[in-house]
Amino acid sequence: MSEWLRLPLRLVGLALLTVIVQESAVSQISIFGVSADLTPLVVMSVGLLAGSLPGAIMGFGTGLLVDTVLVQTLGVTSLLYIAIGYWSGRLRELRDPAHGLIPLAAGAAATAVAGLGMSLIQFLLGVNAPVSLLLLQQIFVTVLVNTLIALPVYAFVRRVVQPALPDDPRRRRRRAYTTGGLSPLQSPSQRLGQISRSSR
Amino acid sequence: MHDKQVRRRRAVLALLVGISLILLTAYFGESPSSPLHNVQRGIVQVFSPVQEGASKVLSPVKDVAGWFSDTLNAKARSDRLAKQVASLTRQLDYYAQKASLSDQLAAQIRLDTRVGMSSYQPVASNVIGRDPTLWYQTITIDKGSDDGVALNDPVTGDGALVGKVTTVDGPVSVVTLITDHSFAVAAKVLDSSSDGDSGVLIPAIGNPYSLLLQELPPHAPIQNGQQVVTAGFTDPANPALNSLYPAGIPIGQVSNADQNQLLNNQQVQVVPAANLRHLSVVQVLTRPHPGTARAQLGTGTG
Repeated sequence: MSEWLRLPLRLVGLALLTVIVQESAVSQISIFGVSADLTPLVVMSVGLLAGSLPGAIMGFGTGLLVDTVLVQTLGVTSLLYIAIGYWSGRLRELRDPAHGLIPLAAGAAATAVAGLGMSLIQFLLGVNAPVSLLLLQQIFVTVLVNTLIALPVYAFVRRVVQPALPDDPRRRRRRAYTTGGLSPLQSPSQRLGQISRSSR
Repeated sequence: MHDKQVRRRRAVLALLVGISLILLTAYFGESPSSPLHNVQRGIVQVFSPVQEGASKVLSPVKDVAGWFSDTLNAKARSDRLAKQVASLTRQLDYYAQKASLSDQLAAQIRLDTRVGMSSYQPVASNVIGRDPTLWYQTITIDKGSDDGVALNDPVTGDGALVGKVTTVDGPVSVVTLITDHSFAVAAKVLDSSSDGDSGVLIPAIGNPYSLLLQELPPHAPIQNGQQVVTAGFTDPANPALNSLYPAGIPIGQVSNADQNQLLNNQQVQVVPAANLRHLSVVQVLTRPHPGTARAQLGTGTG
């Protein structure tokens, strides 16, 4: 298989698997009165691992698939998931967060954006709905449930996507650590000195 | 090089957002028979065997999770059901008498009962997909037009009305649940002292556990715990104008008959009888659609 096709194929497979598992099983399991939603978590994870462009494209594709399979208004979920994929990708590109709990926070934010964004779009489309406290409560509980499963989902997505990525952030950080850091404030000779000292 | 990358990224982002907006606008303004809807139905048809298979494969996982969820809720449900049994036992005696009287009267006036609920052909089907959001309350089932399912057929589950068929294809259908914002049904409160007050039942949006029975008489004698069933109306002036649902399908119980709400807004809250979050099997009531209940008065009397 050619190198440049590996990532798109894996992302297509991941999107299909996510939507099918979500609609066929996860949606039918009620936890504290709500169902977990894997799709924003997967889109967020792809953004965090692969960057803003693959994140946005994954968001668009997954959203379109969700809308199609559920016979909903096409484009609504895509619009939201593009934002989730793009901004999680930008987070990686601009900050390159190293903390292990970043997927947890990003998962909570992605679910909140999906829930609140869906409500906003529905209001804009003219759904006659009162802003009930229960709606906000349900969004909040969904955010909590999704936060709990964000780490395993991220780990699964990383396992699927990582082999197809040209440069994994963890590997890059590990390399930076073992070579004494990649700080521009250090000269190459200083870095080499650290390596030789540590190797002694 | 960096500028080129940034430009490319922004162009792709703008393109994706543009396509989404175009799709949204086109879909929203189109009729259900338009090309976009047809493509969507085609894709659903392709996906349905996969969904069905996945649903079967993952059913042990669903069952285990459902068991834990049910166990956690068992205590609260037990208390509620005990009260409900006491209330229903009282009502049972009353309605048994009523039913007996009704049979006698129907025999006297030779009422045509072909349009009742028993005349429908129930088609049992498995739920193979479900929408997780609070906005679109839909489920996908593994029966379609190949099995006689038609658009707008009523769907029951847990012994109560759960929705109607809104998209139908050969092997698969999409059911819009009674808690979806687009749903409305004529319903009446079963009342032991009168024929029952009728109104229009709509969902309380954003609350999958509650419905609102509106347009009731302001001074209707409605109390908590009373049963709500489909009214199955028909217009005497235009016999072709019927409710989509036969009369008497249970929907739920009155959960909050606040007299102030009734007086000011002519509405009460109703809790659905079916557990809409745990539906795994439903029944589609297929043709014949309800016609008019014709009272055939004797012609040879004189």
